Amino acid sequence: MESAIQQSLVTMISGPVVQARPAHRFSMNEMVEIGDERLVGEVISLDEDLATIQVYEDTTGLRPGADVYAKGLPLYVELGPGLMGEIFDGVQRPLKVLRGKWGDFIRRGKTGTALPRDRVWQFTPSVKPGVMVSPGEILGEVPESQLITHRILVPPGVQGILERILPKGDYTLDDVIAAIRSPSDKIHELKLFHRWPVRKIRPYRERLVPSEPLITGQRVIDTFFPLARGGTAAIPGGFGTGKTVAQHQLSKWADADIIVYIGCGERGNEMTGVLVDLPKLLDPRTRRPLIERTILIANTSDMPVAAREASIYTGITIAEYYRDMGYDVALMADSTSRWAEALREISGRLEEMPAEEGFPAYLASRLAAFYERAGQVVSLAGKKGSVTLIGAVSPPGGDFSEPVTMHTKRFVQCFWALDKELASARYFPAINYLQSYSAYISMVEPWWTEKVGSTWKTLREKTINILHEDSRLQNIVKLLGEEALPDDQKRIVEGARLIKNDFLQQSAFDPVDTYAGPEKQFLLLDVILHFIDRLADVVKARIPLFRAMELPVVAEIHRLKFTRRGDDPAPFRSIKERIDKEINALLHRQDSL
Amino acid sequence: METVTGPAMKGALEYIGLDRISGPLVVISGVKGVGFGEAVEIVPSDGRSRQGRILSISEDVAVVEVFEGTSGLAQPTTRVRFLGRPFEITVTKEEVLGRIFDGLGRPLDGGPVPFRGERRNINGLPINPVARAYPQDFIQTGISAIDGMNTLVRGQKLPIFSGSGLPHNELAAQIVRQARLLTEDEGFAVIFGAMGVRHDEAETFRRSFEESGVLKNVAMFLNLADDPTVERLITPRIALTVAEYLAFEQGMHVLVILTDMTNYCEALREVATSKGEVPSRKGYPGYLYSDLASIYERAGHIIDRQGSITQIAILTMPDDDITHPIPDLTGYITEGQIVLDRSLAQRGIYPPINVLPSLSRLMSDGIGEERTRKDHGNLASQLYAAYARARQVQRLASIIGEEDLSATDKLYLTFAREFHKRFLQQGTDENRTITRTLELGWELVMLLPEQELTRLKPEEIDQYGTYPDTCNQK
Repeated sequence: MESAIQQSLVTMISGPVVQARPAHRFSMNEMVEIGDERLVGEVISLDEDLATIQVYEDTTGLRPGADVYAKGLPLYVELGPGLMGEIFDGVQRPLKVLRGKWGDFIRRGKTGTALPRDRVWQFTPSVKPGVMVSPGEILGEVPESQLITHRILVPPGVQGILERILPKGDYTLDDVIAAIRSPSDKIHELKLFHRWPVRKIRPYRERLVPSEPLITGQRVIDTFFPLARGGTAAIPGGFGTGKTVAQHQLSKWADADIIVYIGCGERGNEMTGVLVDLPKLLDPRTRRPLIERTILIANTSDMPVAAREASIYTGITIAEYYRDMGYDVALMADSTSRWAEALREISGRLEEMPAEEGFPAYLASRLAAFYERAGQVVSLAGKKGSVTLIGAVSPPGGDFSEPVTMHTKRFVQCFWALDKELASARYFPAINYLQSYSAYISMVEPWWTEKVGSTWKTLREKTINILHEDSRLQNIVKLLGEEALPDDQKRIVEGARLIKNDFLQQSAFDPVDTYAGPEKQFLLLDVILHFIDRLADVVKARIPLFRAMELPVVAEIHRLKFTRRGDDPAPFRSIKERIDKEINALLHRQDSL
Repeated sequence: METVTGPAMKGALEYIGLDRISGPLVVISGVKGVGFGEAVEIVPSDGRSRQGRILSISEDVAVVEVFEGTSGLAQPTTRVRFLGRPFEITVTKEEVLGRIFDGLGRPLDGGPVPFRGERRNINGLPINPVARAYPQDFIQTGISAIDGMNTLVRGQKLPIFSGSGLPHNELAAQIVRQARLLTEDEGFAVIFGAMGVRHDEAETFRRSFEESGVLKNVAMFLNLADDPTVERLITPRIALTVAEYLAFEQGMHVLVILTDMTNYCEALREVATSKGEVPSRKGYPGYLYSDLASIYERAGHIIDRQGSITQIAILTMPDDDITHPIPDLTGYITEGQIVLDRSLAQRGIYPPINVLPSLSRLMSDGIGEERTRKDHGNLASQLYAAYARARQVQRLASIIGEEDLSATDKLYLTFAREFHKRFLQQGTDENRTITRTLELGWELVMLLPEQELTRLKPEEIDQYGTYPDTCNQK
């Protein structure tokens, strides 16, 4: 695959950017290896006789005159069994293998393969020789983890008569398990894995309109700003507003089949935290460790910047691959701003003309192309699968008018704005309910009303009205104090406080509160709104509101989110009855006075 | 001045004459066989060699940044020696601890140049995330605002965001004196890296180390205010290379203090501007984030290795602006921040820590049962919520006056006052135990009516929420 005749040589090195001549041997986005250490790079521009290459490893010590080897392939990932539960760097180098090989620090140079070649997989074919097979069709299955059955697909672009396929048995990735004779009489030998270029969207048959919610177990998201399977969302927020905790929560509790988590230019300890937590946490649906459905891509901030740029594509290509097997995949990218900065850094080294804040002019189109890879689709073989994209954004100074946030906003349907003020009061998740939005509300509404509660829509709208009314009243409270409000308005403020404290606020560190299923969300909101409704009676009876707020049942409402999981509606019903009992008693006492 | 590199290395190439000198950069043409990022010695006609590093190299032109500045260099006579290896420093335990060096690692204390250890590239290598051990050992600093609400954990990188004239040096020195990390039997070391600090500041630290008897475990790397600017790019990397050796090879718990990162960033901007790079925010280069990360990420724990690196970087926020690129990007990389506040300092409160924007991201893993106490997390959360509310009430009171506040709001005002006076305020040598800090916290929250305490569980209030005289938990 590589040739050394009339070798191309390095002519210039500036950080992660290298130039080489002659350029005619390379094609755009081709993978190359440089020097004796075989540093991996990718051709990013071709200009008369000069090829510009971004290098995915540290270039210290590299000299002009070093050999550049063309690999004949664009930057690709290996797709096959062995991905699940693993952690890779931005160009799919397996980090656990690297540690075994080099020790605790990451060195550079050749590393071997992304997927292990010595591991044996049990393959069960599902088709017989002699049939016509088309791209995306399932040839057989491999149990990859306790949770995930890996379906071996005919790679896109390959079709014809299945000449032979191996019987059920144990095979490694290097074994040829099937051969397909194409209409042009060409034989394609297939293995358990295939390669796919990361910058190319994997083809599908048809794109569907998202209609099912992706339940995340986070109340403010699911109830107020829901995400749909195959949808896109952004979480922007300044530092310390809880982006990463939110992303971790989503990766833990989102009810997707598979999670791809990309730590893109973030802290090393955060990836370590994920690696420590996931094997211990159990999926609420399957009761299996979450790590069995998770793939991690870690390119921390101190790892080479060009690999950070690639990490997003590595992650999304893997996500699309599982989508093609018919799975619902959710991909978290933390943070897309660091990816954009990697683009900016490389663009700066190329001395390209900058647009806003030094970012290259193609920032917006790259972001659009990334978010376009989300979607619920019918695969080439007719299976329904989806990729949901959730990108964290780290705006400088928490200013949402900066280029990355602004452009991201154009391409995502859900916007969960994190708020510094909420975060500094340790109010988490610090999602600002006035600035955030979701375009999926009407699409997921039928699901909620059918599956969870017929009054979901009214409940939700009522709550939102209270919150908006409250934010209007807070302007007065700020100037005059709460005492200055009449009792009916005080009811709104007190009601909103209950909603904020007992519903919206959710602790990621409390074993019960960390996940709230749709039923619990509905039941809890129903209880809180029932209480707020009954407060109206208290106001009507001219009883001071604080008397109602001192009722013992209020403490019970506070406690609900920490004590009940929502699988049994009875406790919620009994709290509603207690609300009625205590409020009626209060009204009655007043009458008898 | 002697160089640390000793005799010229094998493979060194020497050229005479510079093509161009621009700010801290020199350009040399006709260069062959030289690698990117390698170390360079520049020898002007007076024979006093200077250190440099290759910033970019093409077929025959090398751009070199000169750490000690280019002043006094002459184009035709300057000799340039390419050393054929990256910038390195000798790391040893015996010859480094208890010593003072300049910003490039050359002795300032009249002692010998360390030479017995191994030589290491000062850029270090990224730690494989798989090899990291999650930091969760609580460090008691004896400072309530930190221990109680922004807990420091061994292996954490927790910077101090300050402003000029605020007592960040006193606070850092107090942490060094009191941090429990230092009183344990296990080996410990303090590495102090100064970038562009004044002589008296460096001296204050030295004296503080001396007085607390830790000086023999301290290595100081000083680039002072009147030392060359570009040298500042090297100082923190030298400090961290030594720290990594002590932590991961010698099994010591190392506390690294880096001050002032603002000066470091300005040096970076100066070099970037001289190169004619496209600037991003406020003229800082687009790679400021990656560059800072290559410093801050050099902290932590590694599985199966004894030692650890805890990093406290100090930076002064230009114009006290936390959204300035330097504190902003730092906050995105570090595991939290301790923010000092001018208005608190003006009211005579020491340490003037504004707890609201302060944060320790590793806190939840470092506290709780068996580490500090099981009520710690909820108590801290309640203190945050109450203090945030109290600040709102203070704003309200300044508009409508205290008289017209509701009874509850008045209690919040009392809470704020007591919080400042009893919780935040403490002496520079007052070393509070975590139990004392938590007791103080409980005394404060109990100033508020119980229905306001929504972050605490009723059973916690029953157990700890008694009034000051009877509070003898743990």
